[in-house]
Amino acid sequence: METLWFVLIAVLWLGYLFLEGFDFGVGMLLPVLGRDNAERRVMINTIGPVWDGNEVWLIVAIGATFAAFPGWYAALLSAAYLPLTLFLVALIGRGVAFDYRGKVDNPRWRKAWDVTIVAGSWIATLCVGLLISTTVLGLPIDENGDRVGSAFAAVRFDTVLGALAFAGYALVHGAVFTALKTEGEIRERARRVALTIAPVALLPLIALLAVVAGVWAGVVVLVLAAAMWRLLHNRDGQSFALMGLAIAASVAILFGSLYPNVLPSTLNDAWSLTIANSASSPYTLQVITWVAAFGTPAVLVYQGWTYWVFRKRIGVRHIPVQ
Amino acid sequence: MEVLELARWQFGITTVYHFLMVPLTIGLSLLVAGMQTAWVRTGDERYYKMTKFWGKLLLINFAMGVVTGIVQEFQFGMAWSAYSRFVGDVFGAPLAMEGIVAFFVESTFLGLWIFGWDKLPKKVHLACAWAFSLATMASAYFILAANSWMQHPVGIEMHEGRPRLTSIWAVLTNNTTLAAFPHTIAGAFAVAGAFLVGIAAWHLHRKSEEERVWRSSLKLGTWVGVVAFSVLAISGDLQGKLMFEQQPMKMAAAEALCHTEEPAAFSIFAVGDVTRPDCENVKSITVPALLSFLAHNDFSTEVKGIEDLVPLYQQKYGEFYPVDERLGELSGKPIDYVPALPVTYWGFRLMIGFGAISAGLGVFMLWLTRRNRTPTGWWFPALGLAGIATPFLANSFGWIFTEMGRQPFVVVPNPSGVDGVWMFTAQAVSNSTPGEILTSLIALTAVYSVLAVVEFYLIRKYVRGGIPGVLPQKSDDGALAFAY
Repeated sequence: METLWFVLIAVLWLGYLFLEGFDFGVGMLLPVLGRDNAERRVMINTIGPVWDGNEVWLIVAIGATFAAFPGWYAALLSAAYLPLTLFLVALIGRGVAFDYRGKVDNPRWRKAWDVTIVAGSWIATLCVGLLISTTVLGLPIDENGDRVGSAFAAVRFDTVLGALAFAGYALVHGAVFTALKTEGEIRERARRVALTIAPVALLPLIALLAVVAGVWAGVVVLVLAAAMWRLLHNRDGQSFALMGLAIAASVAILFGSLYPNVLPSTLNDAWSLTIANSASSPYTLQVITWVAAFGTPAVLVYQGWTYWVFRKRIGVRHIPVQ
Repeated sequence: MEVLELARWQFGITTVYHFLMVPLTIGLSLLVAGMQTAWVRTGDERYYKMTKFWGKLLLINFAMGVVTGIVQEFQFGMAWSAYSRFVGDVFGAPLAMEGIVAFFVESTFLGLWIFGWDKLPKKVHLACAWAFSLATMASAYFILAANSWMQHPVGIEMHEGRPRLTSIWAVLTNNTTLAAFPHTIAGAFAVAGAFLVGIAAWHLHRKSEEERVWRSSLKLGTWVGVVAFSVLAISGDLQGKLMFEQQPMKMAAAEALCHTEEPAAFSIFAVGDVTRPDCENVKSITVPALLSFLAHNDFSTEVKGIEDLVPLYQQKYGEFYPVDERLGELSGKPIDYVPALPVTYWGFRLMIGFGAISAGLGVFMLWLTRRNRTPTGWWFPALGLAGIATPFLANSFGWIFTEMGRQPFVVVPNPSGVDGVWMFTAQAVSNSTPGEILTSLIALTAVYSVLAVVEFYLIRKYVRGGIPGVLPQKSDDGALAFAY
């Protein structure tokens, strides 16, 4: 039962990284791919109907961790207090920016919210990468699960690599998504940018996986190469799907290497939090398993339907004239 | 103890701020779904315009509700990790359920509603509005179940020093939850009702376009407010009776009732200091025997006062905090079982007072606008707009009373429940440094302050813009009815 929930939480993180990965990427690339206001509106509209739903994957991942592994939730969140504060501020700013940017017709107003979207997307992406690599690579925690040492214990070489890994992935993923969802010049630009930055941007992810799992990183390298190859041949949809496969493989490698720990202690192996010593009681796990068993398929169906409803590519011609 | 104080301030600020958005969102989303239903059923353009106008204001507010809600979920782990470890087995379950069952629905169907105006068949689009507004209510239910469990733990057994869930059904049907839910939802409708009344009155006064829209909105708002208030009164009375049984100290503190009285009088207003031990000297205007009735449905029964409750609490839950370095200067010190009296006493009165003013205003507005009249004086819109603040204030004071009134406990013992299930707030905080908490307190409060100004500005702008400001722009091929 604990193992099932460990896998489910990994799946929730996968859903989050895959889905919000591209909407983070779109935010990060807003000034690069969107040259004027109309183009930026096209970009934001590609994620408009879905980004909020994507974000719920994070909320459920954290909520499920609280319910299934309170020890993990308590140790990780209290130890990474400052990075998480930064993350929350970035998410708040970015979230309201999407909604508020178009509500006043004034270039300075829009500019301010565009800056918020870009900064918020970058900061939030880096923080998510930091958070996940911290849980995989461990923290200096004592036998109570409390952090020992500085407030910046979560910020180290290997976790910063994790931060860059997800940021780099989100950049490419966002560009591929923009290519898939738009038409005309902006689509061409998105493809060009994705292909140009991919070799550099994806490097930290591969490095992180190599640190964690050695040659297994090769699998992800192959999938990512295939994604870029399909993009080169104008197969945006296949490229996007392969990007999804790449993050799925990465999550499998990262969480696979973590198991059966949930948060290793870098001080003493005996103090590591494991699925056994941080899990809730079997009854609680059973309750939330029932909820997840009925809830998750429904979520997949109606979120999938949303993507279907808004499946059409959009372009500058769809943006109302102001 | 610095970390404790900072963490409490942070929790108070983020929670009260979040709860400025929540009630308006809950109330307004159901009313908007209702307006859209009226439009789909009757085809009357007036209802379409109402849906668009109030829907726009809902969305401006919704965004803030969502982003400030995320903070709530994180701060249990960040600032209150000892609490999270203690209660995780129970408290996490309703939170996870909220996410899976309600929150996904809410955010997904909201996206569909915003962007789907021209893309979905009318009825499907309407169903999206209902899906997200009902999910908003479900969300409130799960959160209240979690909160009520802290007020009155049920459905558990003790296992290795921690409560362990034995019945999720007991947690979801906790009588504290069943009383808190209608009370909170009615509070949300009171907010939405006053919001409609105030803004519609202002537009009527200005003789804005679409008089029919404003008149219908005003009428709807007043009725919603009046009905909400009667539900508030009934459910509040129910809640009070439960509270006398479950948290007698909270209710004694709400009345600043020092000594046990039989029958006990209800204090309407106090002159003088309600702080302990001076509560003996308070001169208050009272209604004889009313408190006895509120507590037990009987005008002659005894209600226990603070001085008599303290020894009972000490006997049951200990006189001193345990000796533990994590408790800082509280370690080994006597436990003060009396919550801050000025906060509870005045919080309780302000909640009821502002609630009553709000309902009274609603009735008065209904009478003022009878037979399609509109008073011409400037005071009419002023009264309406000022009236918007009253249910917000009542809600905030209600929550401050509820949460401060349970101190020094974070998990309040259930007098007839499993022995040993309680937790002092002082034991619940994380092992963080004051600097970390202070940094996040400043950062979040600063962001909140900026956003409060922005939200107020936007709401004001769209209120002033009236109906023309919210009707959709169309692109040449009509592919997009809404664009950021």
